[in-house]
Amino acid sequence: MTSSTMTQHQSSTQPTAAPGAIQHPEGSIYNITSSKVHMNGQGKPAQRQGPRPSDALPNATLIKWLRDMILIREFENRCAQAYQQAKIGGFCHLYIGQEALAVGTINSLNHDDPIVTAYRDHGHALARGMSPRACMAEMFGKLAGCAKGKGGSMHMFDKPNWNFGGHGIVGAQTPLGAGLAFAAKYEFDVMKRSVDGSPAKKKVALAYLGDGALNQGALHEAMNLAGLWGLPVIFVVENNRYSMGTAIERGTTMAHDLKQKAVAYGFEGVHIDGMDIRNIYDEFKPLVDRCRENSRPAFVDLLTYRYQGHSMSDPQKYRVKDEVEMFKQRDSITLLEQHLLTERKCISEADVDAIVAECKSLSADSVEFAENAAAPELEELYSDVYKNIQPNLSPTRDYVHGTKNALL
Amino acid sequence: MPRTPQMIEKGLTLVDAINEALYQEMERDDRVMCLGEDVGLNGGVFRVTEGLQNRFGPDRVVDTPLSESGIMGSSIGLALAGMRPIPEIQFEGFMGPAYDQLVNHAARFRNRTRGSHTVPLTVRVPWGGGIHAPEFHSDSPEVMYIHNPGMKVVCPSTPSDAKGLLLAAIRDPDPVIFFEPKRVYRSFREQVDEGDYTIPIGKAKTVSEGTDVTVITWGSMVFECLAAMDQLPDDLSVELIDLRTLNPLDTDAICASAEKTGRVVIVQEAPKTCGLASELTTIIVERCFLNLQAPVQRVCGFDTIMPYAKLELQYLPDAKKIAEAIGAVAAY
Repeated sequence: MTSSTMTQHQSSTQPTAAPGAIQHPEGSIYNITSSKVHMNGQGKPAQRQGPRPSDALPNATLIKWLRDMILIREFENRCAQAYQQAKIGGFCHLYIGQEALAVGTINSLNHDDPIVTAYRDHGHALARGMSPRACMAEMFGKLAGCAKGKGGSMHMFDKPNWNFGGHGIVGAQTPLGAGLAFAAKYEFDVMKRSVDGSPAKKKVALAYLGDGALNQGALHEAMNLAGLWGLPVIFVVENNRYSMGTAIERGTTMAHDLKQKAVAYGFEGVHIDGMDIRNIYDEFKPLVDRCRENSRPAFVDLLTYRYQGHSMSDPQKYRVKDEVEMFKQRDSITLLEQHLLTERKCISEADVDAIVAECKSLSADSVEFAENAAAPELEELYSDVYKNIQPNLSPTRDYVHGTKNALL
Repeated sequence: MPRTPQMIEKGLTLVDAINEALYQEMERDDRVMCLGEDVGLNGGVFRVTEGLQNRFGPDRVVDTPLSESGIMGSSIGLALAGMRPIPEIQFEGFMGPAYDQLVNHAARFRNRTRGSHTVPLTVRVPWGGGIHAPEFHSDSPEVMYIHNPGMKVVCPSTPSDAKGLLLAAIRDPDPVIFFEPKRVYRSFREQVDEGDYTIPIGKAKTVSEGTDVTVITWGSMVFECLAAMDQLPDDLSVELIDLRTLNPLDTDAICASAEKTGRVVIVQEAPKTCGLASELTTIIVERCFLNLQAPVQRVCGFDTIMPYAKLELQYLPDAKKIAEAIGAVAAY
């Protein structure tokens, strides 16, 4: 950026902001300083002109979104408990606070649009339809888990629901998203059918990443390929402001206007308030439709917030409690709940209570199921890996498939 | 950081000892810098760099983006220009993006420039299993780096060794990968010399002397081997060698012991095939063939991906498996 555009940008937005504040040029809900996040407009998202696509959706759809978000939150609360009781091993990254993002983006897709995400992946798995039991059992390391208890919290895979997994290496999943989009484009343009023989469809792949992954080389290689080849992949930045303990402006250039990163790769970049699920749908769904129709990539800076630490073992020295509280004031579940209660008037408080009770019950059931499920047998050490010391146990000879998991 | 009353009374953990080495060397030498994801404000993912940014400031204890290739490449640049950078990679499994920089740049610079440039770089990496974490967070990839000429690889098992080896690594003119066994980080305390001392890179340590069987290992497996020795008959005399440095290997110490006992067991966490145990076996067979009384035995991880918590302890070599191997070699 030249100094003249920098000057222009600064003078055009929020002239009254504190000195040193990094400002977003398009009425962001954030102004970022090194120590604080400020909300513009008293926490209200920018007013949208004209009809909202989400207004045309039936009540049942929005009630289902509410239920999915509440399920994720209740499920994550149970995960936190189980982790503290040492029933979940290793590391556990909770999605609490970000629920609207997974539910809103996934509900802007078709069911067979592939997605791939990073390690904060329980929310995506549930939003995409994985059973809470399979998800919890995976975290408990049990055979009934979605990866047979061999992956844990960061490895939620769900083939029937086109979820290509959580991935533990920051940013490394983004080229996979480009590849998933490439496959869909190849099926449609070259094979004229899908690999399973059914008619080819125009698809969009979502490659989710955290804001920390913005600084990994793999993302930039993936974005260049996507732009170069016109791959229908959307790089969805779940911008919760922190890469582990590092605030975004301490680790990333152009933190105030991330969508500029897409410009360099020749495709569209947008930024969206990700705390309001209706707003996500209103902005994200048309983008998905454009990318699908035109076979083009896009880049989305989706602003969100995690209420918990990076992982369960995070001392959280890098932020103040007021900041967390400020985001809780715009909690995504409360926002949608209030919309349904007071604007659409399609549910009652009792309905909400019933949804919460159902989700609590499903989450508790998932823990009970996971606790009582069988641990993988020793033989599973050698299943599904090429190097195989147990020859001739598999029809293909090279692999032992191990116990069949109903989900796989 | 300066010792707390608890450290003075009860000794230092591995984490404390590494922190003390970093603190003392940064006090002594202003070319020394720490870089990595959350090493400053948050004190590192395992809190090894706790307090250093407060003491030395954000210009010397540098919080970096999540960018292993960038961290490593720029650390190599710093080292070429005469600094003593100490990048931290949070887990051994995250070294992938940095691999190209480490192997194709750091390890080769001395040779590529015919000695005109060296890379005095110390890469700190939490390493190995035993903390109930899945793959990427529990792997043992040391052999990937040992295989590269020009790369020194160190893996201490005790607080005292860690401090002396880290100081030696920082002062070494060549790149050193300093693998820190996570399982040992806070598993015990010991009294550590508060002064400035180094332990030479390339020297193994005889943990206990013996005459019947030689056991060779490194990292957290040292303690599994000690536990195995407790399970053996009292009249079986085992010599336990902690390699401490994995490249260059202390072949003289290894072969002297193998020649003395004629029976050798090698223990490693990593998968069996083409691990460091394979190379050690070959060295012993090549150099001590006529002294061997039994085939060399390897007790290793399995040739599979490091499993998640429930199968972790079945994967890792344990005292029982090690004791069985020692018994088998002794009885051969």
